[in-house]
Amino acid sequence: MEYFVQQLINGITLGSIYGLIAIGYTMVFGIIGMVNFAHGDVFMLSAFIALILLLALTQMLGITPLALALFIVLILAMLLTSLWAWAIERLAYRPLRGSFRLAPLISAIGMSIFLSNLVQVTQGPRNKPVPEILNGVFTFGDPEGYTVTLSYKQILIVAVTAVLLAAFWYVVQRTSIGRAQRACEQDRKMAALLGVNVNRTISLTFVMGAALAAVAGLLFMIYYGVVHFNDGFVPGVKAFTAAVLGGIGSLPGAVLGGLLIGLIEVLWSGYFSNDYKDVATFSILVITLVFLPSGLLGRPEVEKV
Amino acid sequence: MSEPLLSVRSVKSFYGHIMALRGVDLDVHQGEIVTLIGANGAGKSTLMMTIFGDPRAREGRIAFRGRDITHLPTHEIAQLRIAQSPEGRRIFPRMTVRENLQMGALASNEVHFQDDLERICAYFPLLKQRLDQRGGTLSGGEQQMLAIARALMSRPQLLLLDEPSLGLAPLVVKRIFDVIRALNMDGMTIFLVEQNAFHALRLAHRAYVMVNGTITMSGTGKELLARPEIKAAYLEGGRH
Ligand SMILES: Nc1ncnc2c1ncn2[C@@H]1O[C@H](COP(=O)(O)OP(=O)(O)O)[C@@H](O)[C@H]1O
Ligand SMILES: [Mg+2]
Repeated sequence: MEYFVQQLINGITLGSIYGLIAIGYTMVFGIIGMVNFAHGDVFMLSAFIALILLLALTQMLGITPLALALFIVLILAMLLTSLWAWAIERLAYRPLRGSFRLAPLISAIGMSIFLSNLVQVTQGPRNKPVPEILNGVFTFGDPEGYTVTLSYKQILIVAVTAVLLAAFWYVVQRTSIGRAQRACEQDRKMAALLGVNVNRTISLTFVMGAALAAVAGLLFMIYYGVVHFNDGFVPGVKAFTAAVLGGIGSLPGAVLGGLLIGLIEVLWSGYFSNDYKDVATFSILVITLVFLPSGLLGRPEVEKV
Repeated sequence: MSEPLLSVRSVKSFYGHIMALRGVDLDVHQGEIVTLIGANGAGKSTLMMTIFGDPRAREGRIAFRGRDITHLPTHEIAQLRIAQSPEGRRIFPRMTVRENLQMGALASNEVHFQDDLERICAYFPLLKQRLDQRGGTLSGGEQQMLAIARALMSRPQLLLLDEPSLGLAPLVVKRIFDVIRALNMDGMTIFLVEQNAFHALRLAHRAYVMVNGTITMSGTGKELLARPEIKAAYLEGGRH
């Protein structure tokens, strides 16, 4: 029982990170119908940005307390990563809009390779260690037998994710910016007829997705304690799987999908085999695409007008 | 005569290499209901969309209140207080009626939202009861009313309506035409595209006939109603 609870905690933590990344996939797909293959690498890039910022703030500038430093890192990483995503959309995707369908997709794959190579060249091919921070844990249960531990990091991850998702949900559902985004997603031509600047709204969607990916990048870096230039790929595909499982285009779906993928991955490696945990998630991608292409919370294609 | 509110001069527009508008000239003056009739595929909707720059006119000039809008981006044209209820209504299906109306209010100041909502719902009392319902769940007639109401939310000086009667039951059509008349009585200038030529010509001050992307005839609504070639081409056949 304790073991199960422990896996549950670990799964939710991991799932939060996947959910944050998955939102970027699902929003961009919703608004321009494109899978942004470079999104995983934007996430990886953001983890490096966060690491560099963290080192600069804590070791060079000596900013304390740690909470303040982390908060500044969070904000700056979100801004810088958003800027990257904005530039990528502007340079690599927008000129190809209205071209043949596969063109932006191919451009995205190119961008993905570019970003991981850029980080490899500038930051080196080896794992980058992250300073040891937030190492405390709470321990529950019988000290003689099995115990359940809840680390500070896990609390931070789940709390930050929950707060940001709530803020994000508010923007999308309740503000005129979010309304314009949903309008573009449902009928871009009509949105323009009503005065929505569609290009700007699409840019904003990339920026928002990247900002959440940057949160995920920071949390990922803290949680695992190392970052590597190739870290965009596997988490990226898993988050994409989460978006597909939840129903691509659906925001609650992306979060639900993220949590499920996190739980499945952790439970799989906890009860079966650590070796095949990635295979397990990718099998889910295939199974979902074959049997439930509109996902758990997605709407079936027929409802589209 | 005073300067027209909307003037379209020798406008040509294309889908790829296919010319859909072959040099269109047309004016709408302040306070008028002007209707454009023509067979399916004549280019009426293309003209409505070309006024909004999508597709963009490749030749000619479109001016609104004397200002050349031929090359403005679509969203900037929408902000000039010219509004459109397009062909097929294009209600946002997964937004509530209220949100659809809020989208309409984007070009005006959302500060007026509540006032405008009251004022416009006076024309469409039904919408008032449906504010929290999703657009996609409305009936065809309700969607058409919402499309017009949404266009009105921007406080337009010119309202473009593309086939508001399409696919609606006769009673609902009558209701829509009554509203169009009432709006005009209250001062709204309206440019109406219709296949339902009989209704449209009776309502309009002036009318144009489009064939194959050009204007072939124009005159007052009454004049055109009386012309035998109009009767033959659009009335007997068109009314079914
Ligand atoms: N999106 C489009 N792409 C290519 N051709 C189009 C498109 N829309 C309309 N057309 C063509 O342009 C012509 C005019 O169409 P349209 O303006 O819709 O006519 P109407 O509204 O008078 O029925 C038709 O021949 C139609 O097939
Ligand atoms: Mg038409």
